[in-house]
Amino acid sequence: MNPFSDPRWGEALAHLPDYLGNHVRVSIAALALGLAVSLPLAIIARNRPALRATLLGFASIVQTVPGLALLALFYPLLLALAALSLQWFGVGFSAFGFLPAVLALALYSMLPVLRNTITGLNGVDPALIEAAQGVGMTPRQTLTMVELPLALPVMMAGIRTAAVWVIGTATLSTPIGQSSLGNYIFAGLQTQNWVLVLFGCAAAAVLALAVDQLLALVETGLRLRSRARAALGGIGIVALVAATLAPSWGQTKSSYMVGAKTFAEQYVLSALIAQRLRAAGLSATTREGLGSNVIYDAVASGDIDVYVDYSGTLWANQFHHSDIKPRAELLADLKLELAKAKVTLLGELGFENAYALVMPRARAEALKIRSIADLAAHAATLSIAGDYEFFSRPEWAGLQRAYGLAFHAQRTMQPDFMYAAAGSGEVDVIAGYTSDGLIAKYDLVVLDDPRHAIPPYDAIVLLAPQRAGDAALRAALQPLLGRIDIATMRQANLRAAGGDGASSQDAVARWLWDRIGQR
Amino acid sequence: MSDAPLMIAYADLDKSFDGGRVKAVDAVSLGVAAGEFLAIVGGSGSGKTTLLRLTNRLIDADRGQIRIAGEDIRTADPIALRRRIGYVFQSAALFPHLSVAANIGITPKLLGWPARAIAARVDELLDLVRLDRAAHRDRFPQELSGGQRQRVGVARALAARPQIVLMDEPFGALDPLTRDALGEDFRALHERLGLTTIMITHDITEALLLADRVAVMRGGQLLAQGTPAELSHSDDAYVGELLRTPRRQAARLAELLPRDDRA
Ligand SMILES: Nc1ncnc2c1ncn2[C@@H]1O[C@H](COP(=O)(O)OP(=O)(O)OP(=O)(O)O)[C@@H](O)[C@H]1O
Ligand SMILES: [Mg+2]
Repeated sequence: MNPFSDPRWGEALAHLPDYLGNHVRVSIAALALGLAVSLPLAIIARNRPALRATLLGFASIVQTVPGLALLALFYPLLLALAALSLQWFGVGFSAFGFLPAVLALALYSMLPVLRNTITGLNGVDPALIEAAQGVGMTPRQTLTMVELPLALPVMMAGIRTAAVWVIGTATLSTPIGQSSLGNYIFAGLQTQNWVLVLFGCAAAAVLALAVDQLLALVETGLRLRSRARAALGGIGIVALVAATLAPSWGQTKSSYMVGAKTFAEQYVLSALIAQRLRAAGLSATTREGLGSNVIYDAVASGDIDVYVDYSGTLWANQFHHSDIKPRAELLADLKLELAKAKVTLLGELGFENAYALVMPRARAEALKIRSIADLAAHAATLSIAGDYEFFSRPEWAGLQRAYGLAFHAQRTMQPDFMYAAAGSGEVDVIAGYTSDGLIAKYDLVVLDDPRHAIPPYDAIVLLAPQRAGDAALRAALQPLLGRIDIATMRQANLRAAGGDGASSQDAVARWLWDRIGQR
Repeated sequence: MSDAPLMIAYADLDKSFDGGRVKAVDAVSLGVAAGEFLAIVGGSGSGKTTLLRLTNRLIDADRGQIRIAGEDIRTADPIALRRRIGYVFQSAALFPHLSVAANIGITPKLLGWPARAIAARVDELLDLVRLDRAAHRDRFPQELSGGQRQRVGVARALAARPQIVLMDEPFGALDPLTRDALGEDFRALHERLGLTTIMITHDITEALLLADRVAVMRGGQLLAQGTPAELSHSDDAYVGELLRTPRRQAARLAELLPRDDRA
């Protein structure tokens, strides 16, 4: 069978102009900013050893911060700055997406540029600098006519390295709301759609290689004093930029932005919402793979218009409550809290995606474990795995307190691998999600929580402040409220994890609508 | 020479480095008349280069005064001063990223000459330093021999029609034949253009043969100065030692190469 007949290729290609255009735009802006800051700094620092050491030290430290963390740190930083600026000057700005991505990537690009520019300038023969002064050049003329041209090959090598780093790291700007080729990778990883992952990696690699080769052409052109080569490289870069930016200029900005966090259920639900909006004649775009710390702030500040969150998550993480309330009470209180931030809680979808302790059915039966209380007696000999957040979340502390849980070992895992690990016995217990389709697939059981240590996690639809009174939006979303039960959502999630053509988020969303729309 | 107007006058000049630990130039007073060719000789580290760099304000003196054409150079703009003094660097120090023509035309360009005037001047100078115009104009320094490079270095120093040329061991790295030819060529240019020239050299023979006057430096101080004949009467031991070599060589060569007509 022809591997390219897989419909997912077509879906991936359809997103290419958007993702690639955004990727190039954010990379070019970051690189330009990085150069605009690093080059003057390097020039100022070249004859000042203390400043030089400080700058290079700082840039090296930035380099050791993982790209994902650096990008994620810029979001709250800018959010605070935006709030301050609004308070002091009356003008706010969006701390979402483009700006934090550009700033973080620009910071990331600084080390190779600083290092190579300083090395290149310091490598210029002092006799030539004296000759430049001797023939009557001013310090500025010495810099531009002698030092910079002679340092150029080394500087260009640094710029090439920075360009490749920035283009590669820009894939990580997806979780802070900047579309990039990373959207393929994040979506693909979450839905186990390896075609998408491969596509995203390959596209980013091809882009990085192309830019690197064009810069190399400019570099050799300058070194060999071949105007033709340098011009060809320059034209190539301009053409590349123009080609990737052109389609996005033609596009009108979508009126509704639908957010999604980084897991399969969220991709499906955002696709479903976008489909419902389009069916109602509204235009909609999804902004996927947003970090769970970013997405609520994004809706509150109006960077996205609508998304699905879970009551317990907001209650504990966003509003820092540690008390656990019955379902209806929690929803009512949450609605009030959200209203303070002018965020509308439109309603529940009808299912819960709660954390739950899950283990293989056979093992549970053998050990006669039916609830977490039963589990506590065996915990000392068992191991547990959870997602990246779980062990630092209040639910885990609550569970430990309520049942006196103490496991033999504790591991952190990518959620999609967790179920397989439990299925194969690699871990004994996992902190899974009640709506996950993999529970059925691997024949696992959800353990009861008789002491109600885990709060309710109703899936709820949130609207941004500027959409609070939007009747068209509310009407389009109304048919979804209260319609999706846990069994249906599990099936949808299982389909989304199917790893075949029918598992694309759009296909699953259509399937889901077919199931609930008729009722 | 003492009655000719002084083009360059050093008065009681001091320059030290490393917070006073190295006295590179120590109480030097010396005059160079307009149109004169002065050679400075002395051992390594004796302060020759430092004296030359003080002259076009690549560095400034700690004490003392330098006058050029009667004017104290501290009142002059250093950039403008350097543009009107030609400087030939040791091993030429041509800009490797610029063609021969661009190297030669650099000071006129900095002075804002029109491009056509620069091009014409470059050709004129290539003739003057006896390099073929067409063959050399567009080459790059690394495509030249050492002698050709020094010729370009001399042409670059002369480009903006300076009255003063400072040369720091200009022919040091060349083979004896090339060195001799270049020295003779430059001396002829000096006459023709009416230049005032200070040339540093390690080679006392070269100094005696080319210059009108020779100044001898040691440990930053000016030990002696005068025409070759005046120096030969000096009772300074170091000067006597310096002159011993050329004298012995002259005697030896006269023995080894007897002229037929005298034999
Ligand atoms: N920039 C500087 N910093 C510190 N010391 C210097 C500097 N320039 C020159 N000196 C010192 O000043 C003294 C004179 O140096 P200078 O270069 O004038 O000697 P020179 O006579 O030209 O020697 P050479 O024949 O080897 O070129 C030397 O001891 C040298 O080390
Ligand atoms: Mg010297």
